[in-house]
Amino acid sequence: MTVSAAIVGPGNIGTDLMYKILDRSEAIELERMIGIFPVEESDGLQAAVDEGIDVGTEGIDSVREYQDEFDLVFEATSAYVHEENAPVYDELDLFAVDLTPAAVGPYTVPVVNLDEVVSGGHTNINMVTCGGQATIPIVHAVDRITDVSYAEMTSHIASKSAGPGTRQNIDSFTQTTAAGLEEVGGADEGKAIITLNPAEPPIMMRNTVYTMVDQESDVEAVRDSVSEIEEEIQTYVPGYEVTLEPEVKGQEDVGFDLGDEIILTTMIEVEGEGQYLPPYAGNLDIMTSAALGAAERVADHWDEVRAVGGATDD
Amino acid sequence: MTDADLRIVDMTIRDGMHAVDHQFTPDQMAEIARALDEANMDVVEMSHGDGLGGSSINYGFAGASDEEYLDAVVPELTDTELSVLLLPGIGTVEEIDMALDKGADMVRLATHVTEADVSQEHFEYVTERGVEANGLLMLSHMAEPETVLEQAKLMEEYGADAVYVMDSAGALLPDGVRDRVGLLADELDIEVGFHAHNNLGLGIGNTLAGIEAGATTVDGCLRGLGAGSGNAQIEVLLGVLKKAGYDVNPDFFGVMDAAEDVLVPMLTEDTMPKLDNDSLILGYAGVYSSFLRHTRRAADQYGVDPREILIELGEMEVVGGQEDLITDVAKRLGGQGAGGTAEAGSDDD
Repeated sequence: MTVSAAIVGPGNIGTDLMYKILDRSEAIELERMIGIFPVEESDGLQAAVDEGIDVGTEGIDSVREYQDEFDLVFEATSAYVHEENAPVYDELDLFAVDLTPAAVGPYTVPVVNLDEVVSGGHTNINMVTCGGQATIPIVHAVDRITDVSYAEMTSHIASKSAGPGTRQNIDSFTQTTAAGLEEVGGADEGKAIITLNPAEPPIMMRNTVYTMVDQESDVEAVRDSVSEIEEEIQTYVPGYEVTLEPEVKGQEDVGFDLGDEIILTTMIEVEGEGQYLPPYAGNLDIMTSAALGAAERVADHWDEVRAVGGATDD
Repeated sequence: MTDADLRIVDMTIRDGMHAVDHQFTPDQMAEIARALDEANMDVVEMSHGDGLGGSSINYGFAGASDEEYLDAVVPELTDTELSVLLLPGIGTVEEIDMALDKGADMVRLATHVTEADVSQEHFEYVTERGVEANGLLMLSHMAEPETVLEQAKLMEEYGADAVYVMDSAGALLPDGVRDRVGLLADELDIEVGFHAHNNLGLGIGNTLAGIEAGATTVDGCLRGLGAGSGNAQIEVLLGVLKKAGYDVNPDFFGVMDAAEDVLVPMLTEDTMPKLDNDSLILGYAGVYSSFLRHTRRAADQYGVDPREILIELGEMEVVGGQEDLITDVAKRLGGQGAGGTAEAGSDDD
């Protein structure tokens, strides 16, 4: 059974998501792309028209107007718009996958906690941040082998792929990601750092994950756990790659006191699929890929429980 | 700003933190701050080397928390103003809020030279609190003067009271300093500052060039203690400025005494500032000065010449904050071919 969906917000993220759904999703049927500007003023809506997708230009009013067509919405607007829209989706009985930092619903990372969130009855799920989608699974993979007392991630992204939204709210990136490392990743304490690099040609999105664990931890088991989760992530983010397997740093390798712990360093590169955004914009790509991955799992879940009916699959 | 011709900012307990792996104790910071206050320093800047919230695995955990350091330093300052540093992307408005509540008088907000727009929310917050805000454009050698100006104008628009040309890699030659500082001084309505590193032996000379080109606020550290080979050595800078006829507030002998009698006994052979081969390469290759000590540790771990790592990082055009790439490069260079030496550091458990 397929799930019918709409994308609200035809910006870079929404448009990239549209191409991903059209390219490769069997479970998601895209019914409509909704924006707030006339088609001729919106590259994203124009792209939708070109692909034969129906459009709406009245924002949340279009959602109300066409609500019978879909059961799930991808919110690709901004945090404050989603805060206004979320109650409407609720009222219309629409499942919301939120790609903004609004976090009205619980933080969701497909490979870590999606099943738990969905079977917990939530109908609004938040995709954390791009850096969170890349690094939280690694923290989880370490934490399921040995307790992570502290996790830290750094994200390097190409300046060209950081839009005005990210730039004006850079604190929300670090704060949300740090919270995700703790709440979803399982670290007792989390810290996030983001760096923008203007080098030309633009750099691929790179992330480093540091985890502090007991010095007696079974590092080989951690490495196996990390490569297992890497494979699972690659099923929905094809360009995701662990470039440095958990590498041990001991007391002699750092300039501060480690107590009886060691640091495991893991590095990740994310290459975008290049449908709409260039390959270096892996940071945007991982958000749309994770959102689609989440929606597909929601579709599976609905199939399993057969609790939600009435979807008019075109 | 002061009545003197120039404002002098001492960063011994901020940029100097890089040189001691961020391990000053709160008592040591307090002692240095007291000596600088007694010597009538204009501004003392304190925090982790990478700013408030910088304490981390990537940059090194500090010996104490931001709060503990502030609690130790604030009571020591009478007329000397207290500055704190923040790099958006590392620290957040929450840390600024905490530092202002504890008594900081000004906040310096640093971004990479082309990324000023990540600091808007922080400038707005600081200026709303009625506190002086300065903008620091790091690694200024990586951008043409026109780009530096365009980014400085953004900071001016956000509410900056001064914008600094930061030679974070100590890679600029005097002409490069003059071009950048001079253009900003001509085109901006706010004060212009200059911050040197001594990696090419130009810490004092470049600062003088910056002042001649219009900088009115300049940075330095006691004995030069700072990232890489260190910053402009502040007691030397004062001597040079007095000799050149500038009117400055700090007491020359008092600052000299703070360096020799207070700071130097806290340092070891390892932490004493020096312009050695590795720090020379920072300036030559244009790499962020605080990469030095991290690079040396990685070089040891993977059996590579630190200079090779730094040259490679320079070619990759890494920016401040990307310290984690050092491990990656060191491992790649150390593991050339079969990757045999790459395992050398993994046997510590």
